[in-house]
Amino acid sequence: MLMNLIHFVISIWVPLVCALIIVAVLPLVAGYIVLMERKVMADMQARLGPMRVGPHGLLQPIADALKLLIKEDIIPDEADKMIFWFAPLISVTAAMLAMSALAIGPWFQIADLNVGLLFIVGISALGIFGIVLGGWSSNSHYSLLGALRSAAQLVSYETAAGMAIVGGLLLAGTLSTREIIQAQNDYGTWFAFAAPVGFFVYIVASIAETNRAPFDLPEAESELVAGYMTEYSGFRWALYFLAEYTNMVVVASIATTLFLGGWLRPFAGTPAFNFLDGLPSVLMLGVGGYCFYRAPKQPVKVQKLFMVAVGLLMILAAIILAVPLIPAVGTMLPGLKPGLHGAFWFLLKVGLYIYLFMWLRFTFPRYRFDQLMRLGWQFLIPLSIVNVMGIGVALVLHRHWGWSHWTAFPLTTVLTLLVAGLLGWESEKKDKEHVFVGDA
Amino acid sequence: MLDQIVFYFFAALAVVSAILVVTRRNVVQSAIFLITALLATAGIFLQLHAEFLFIVQVILYAGGIMVLFVFVIMLINMDVSLHQLQFNRQWWLGLLLALVVGAELTIAIAIGRSHTAFGEPAPASALEPSTQLVGKVLFNEYMLPFEIASILLLVAMIGAVVMAKKKI
Amino acid sequence: MISTSQYLWLGMVLFTIGAIGVVTRRNVIIILMSIELMLNAVNINLVAFSRLVGSAEGHVFAIFIITDAAAEAAVGLGIIIAFFRNRETLLGDEMDLLKW
Repeated sequence: MLMNLIHFVISIWVPLVCALIIVAVLPLVAGYIVLMERKVMADMQARLGPMRVGPHGLLQPIADALKLLIKEDIIPDEADKMIFWFAPLISVTAAMLAMSALAIGPWFQIADLNVGLLFIVGISALGIFGIVLGGWSSNSHYSLLGALRSAAQLVSYETAAGMAIVGGLLLAGTLSTREIIQAQNDYGTWFAFAAPVGFFVYIVASIAETNRAPFDLPEAESELVAGYMTEYSGFRWALYFLAEYTNMVVVASIATTLFLGGWLRPFAGTPAFNFLDGLPSVLMLGVGGYCFYRAPKQPVKVQKLFMVAVGLLMILAAIILAVPLIPAVGTMLPGLKPGLHGAFWFLLKVGLYIYLFMWLRFTFPRYRFDQLMRLGWQFLIPLSIVNVMGIGVALVLHRHWGWSHWTAFPLTTVLTLLVAGLLGWESEKKDKEHVFVGDA
Repeated sequence: MLDQIVFYFFAALAVVSAILVVTRRNVVQSAIFLITALLATAGIFLQLHAEFLFIVQVILYAGGIMVLFVFVIMLINMDVSLHQLQFNRQWWLGLLLALVVGAELTIAIAIGRSHTAFGEPAPASALEPSTQLVGKVLFNEYMLPFEIASILLLVAMIGAVVMAKKKI
Repeated sequence: MISTSQYLWLGMVLFTIGAIGVVTRRNVIIILMSIELMLNAVNINLVAFSRLVGSAEGHVFAIFIITDAAAEAAVGLGIIIAFFRNRETLLGDEMDLLKW
């Protein structure tokens, strides 16, 4: 009886608490991703970025959020008021709902769905309605153009991303996020190495799907002011921003789950690399040590104290991450290590993927719209379809003909790359002829 | 009990938004309510233990087809049509006929219910790994229709491209 | 427990509403959307019967219907765009010329 009750409470409350954590923490995370983006951008452009609010600008996101909250909320006279009011909510809800099937470590998952990965992809795709309706209801040409571009772009690149995901799913043989990661554990390598072409297609398509540079045409400020967000201000604008950054997290999480081994440590199956278990603690200690090193150089006393506090927090995290490595604790609570370290590795991979996004953003110039469409339809979609066929062939060779992984997958990858080269060459030729897609 | 609440919630949502789809003056609002109706239906699929169909409905219907609709509605800007008559001249005849169809269906269901009891549904475990089950049935027994469906899609694609060209 | 007939009632109501939309509205886009509504109502019935007999065949047919709806939407919207380009109208009862 008591066991039943405990089981019931756990099965109801754990997902609820997880959901609450996601909803409460995600805005903060999004704010800090913005800070990280500004810092990375500043670093790449040889300047310092935000430095004033808190030490090294660490409190900047909170100041920004406060500013946005108390700003005046303007609704244009000509706007369709109800839809204008409602549209940002659709985007945010869709993005947050998509998080519910993600498995951030073995402990932290709201629901392990039978159709998990498809659920994430499908629900996050619904966010496009927020963008399109927001653009339409503002009753402004810039907004409408931005919304139309966004819709066209998302529909085009979703196909490529979907086909790339199919490639990974063929290898995993399941749609549940938990089982996909388990499959990579059994398989021995991450699927990014078994299907590198699929991973590449997914990276490009996911950048386009989240409307990030170099594919940020829907909000290209030099052409469209701010695209679909032109007429939005204050809190509603912040909601769009939150949705965009949440979508980045979602997309990065899909890539991490499907291609980068989810919560698995690098070389999870090789005992020779077990020293990597210490890496989380060492990393945290390093960050904490840097904080202590920088603390005396802060200009104001409050900032010094804050820096010390951050350093202490990092050391606390390092200690928590080190606890499961003690052999006695490991035998007593065997679930502790995968639970804590899994979450650490997952978040680290997501962070690195988002860093890749930022890196690309500050490196590449923006595409023209016809170039974008050509890249999507004439290069990425054919390539992803060829990739699916290649993986299928490799799986047949492996499972029915008894080839080993190490010959079947490289062979098909090379073949796929050949096709990619052909496609790229064709596309390049057309680029030189200046044939616009719509004029043909 | 929870089952009942979920069903009646989604059913009411679907019916109300369906009514709004056919009565709204503004096409964009109609489209929004159609999306709501489709998502409510997806909820009913989920309640019927059809997880895979639920997600197909969300991705294809709500995420694919409706984006297409909204896209076309925005391409064709129709401020004019807001001020036009929304129902055609023989609307009363059409309404009557549609209601006759509805009455017919009502009678059919009522008679069917009194003659053959539907009985208890099969246990939920019969449909359990929904995705695998659908895949097995689709690719074993319905392979030919599946291929024909792909040809249908190809034809539709070519048709849509031809239709959207500037000069036919 | 919800009996199968309740799903059938729901499907019937949605189908009738869709049919009313198809035969009374003038706007072609809304007519197309009402057709989607009718297809959707049929899907509910199929899935409900599938649950009743405990086999996935109803799901497969529903997937075929969704495929069909996608094809229909693509071609239908293509026709609407072509029609709008030529006639500058979206009203069904003004589609009264076989050739223009």
